[in-house]
Amino acid sequence: MIPAAFDYVRADSAEAAIAALAEHGDEAKLLAGGHSLIPLMRFRLARPEVLVDVGRVDDLKYIRDGGDHLAIGALTRHMDVETSELVQAEAPLLAAATSHVGDPQVRHRGTIGGSVAHGDSASDIPSVLIATGATLVAQGPSGVREIAVDDFFEGFLETALAAEEILTEIRVPKVGGAGWSFQKFNRRAQDWAIVGVSVQVLNGSVGIGLVNMDTKPIRASAAEAALVGGSSAADAAEVAPDSCEPTGDLNASPDFRRHLAKVLTRRALEEAGVS
Amino acid sequence: MEIAVKINGEQHRHDVEPRTLLVHYIRDTVGLTGTNIGCDTSSCGACTIHLNGESVKSCTMFAVQADGEELLTIEGLAASVNATDGQMHPMQEAFRSCHALQCGYCTPGMVMASVSLLEENPNPNEQEVRQGLEGNLCRCTGYHNIVKAVLECAQGGAK
Repeated sequence: MIPAAFDYVRADSAEAAIAALAEHGDEAKLLAGGHSLIPLMRFRLARPEVLVDVGRVDDLKYIRDGGDHLAIGALTRHMDVETSELVQAEAPLLAAATSHVGDPQVRHRGTIGGSVAHGDSASDIPSVLIATGATLVAQGPSGVREIAVDDFFEGFLETALAAEEILTEIRVPKVGGAGWSFQKFNRRAQDWAIVGVSVQVLNGSVGIGLVNMDTKPIRASAAEAALVGGSSAADAAEVAPDSCEPTGDLNASPDFRRHLAKVLTRRALEEAGVS
Repeated sequence: MEIAVKINGEQHRHDVEPRTLLVHYIRDTVGLTGTNIGCDTSSCGACTIHLNGESVKSCTMFAVQADGEELLTIEGLAASVNATDGQMHPMQEAFRSCHALQCGYCTPGMVMASVSLLEENPNPNEQEVRQGLEGNLCRCTGYHNIVKAVLECAQGGAK
């Protein structure tokens, strides 16, 4: 299937991309690796009038040690995140979850920033950012700002990014050898998660992010609070879907998704060493 | 927009509409029809080619994104390893000797994905081959011999 026609603008820097977005407003979309956007455009579920291609902005392709966190450029490809020794050592949950994104061909093109900025509840990476308590860095005409992950995902494919802002960096806290787990339930290897769970043991608490359990990526707040209150992992997992409003589709009813969230959260907590 | 792309070692220049998908450019404009279109949903991998040496799904890229880049399709694979006339790439040879195809529709994509897989992991075990080919579907479900062929190629056993 062939996407609707659009005007193509190639940006060679973050500033050029921001200027192009400011010029075209709501009619423009950013194109990074294209593995969220192009499938939507082929079905004409998305029909941007202008595509601003940031795929060649090499300044935003990096993985750096930022002291207490890893700083990952938004245009870093999934394959480079997955195979980075730094990510494997300091943010092993991110490396593991990234290896479950799509398939090798998808990971050769798709970028961490593109995936996160798409804001899809069914994506794996946002759950990792929620579980680890990541920070997102956005750049716009008036400068750079940091956005806590809990303020980033606002609704169905909606994020806190303004129309003329671009996501430039993802800061993932370094966790060293702390316990973690990524659980993904799907029916075929390359599919989106029907439900997924990221668990990261942090200093004095446990972060739990859920995949495909609401219209947006969501934190299992009730389960986290239960653990802080002294509940066992098994009891905490029982309340994992509380406050979630999962949708139903041909793969799963909302009730089945709630069931999966409980089972997968329990498994994830156990694998992460939370008892 | 005019793009310049090197495909199988040959330079091509064409004026393309920005919405032209890379696979349509390769098949309809350049005329290399060995790369197949299978699913239109980025799932099946039939359109897998190499972009700068790595496997990608050419249905999930615009041709303009490949401007200035180097592509390899199934037609150029044998020549890419300096196979002489009539000789195949070792992966193609392994697919032949293991009978790793039934209808053959997925085969060009399977072969390109398999070559890329061995570039990244020259000595995979069976599980790693199966996972490495998760982005390629064979609707004849002939996976057993495909996996066997990739393992045989990795072990240099292709005759």
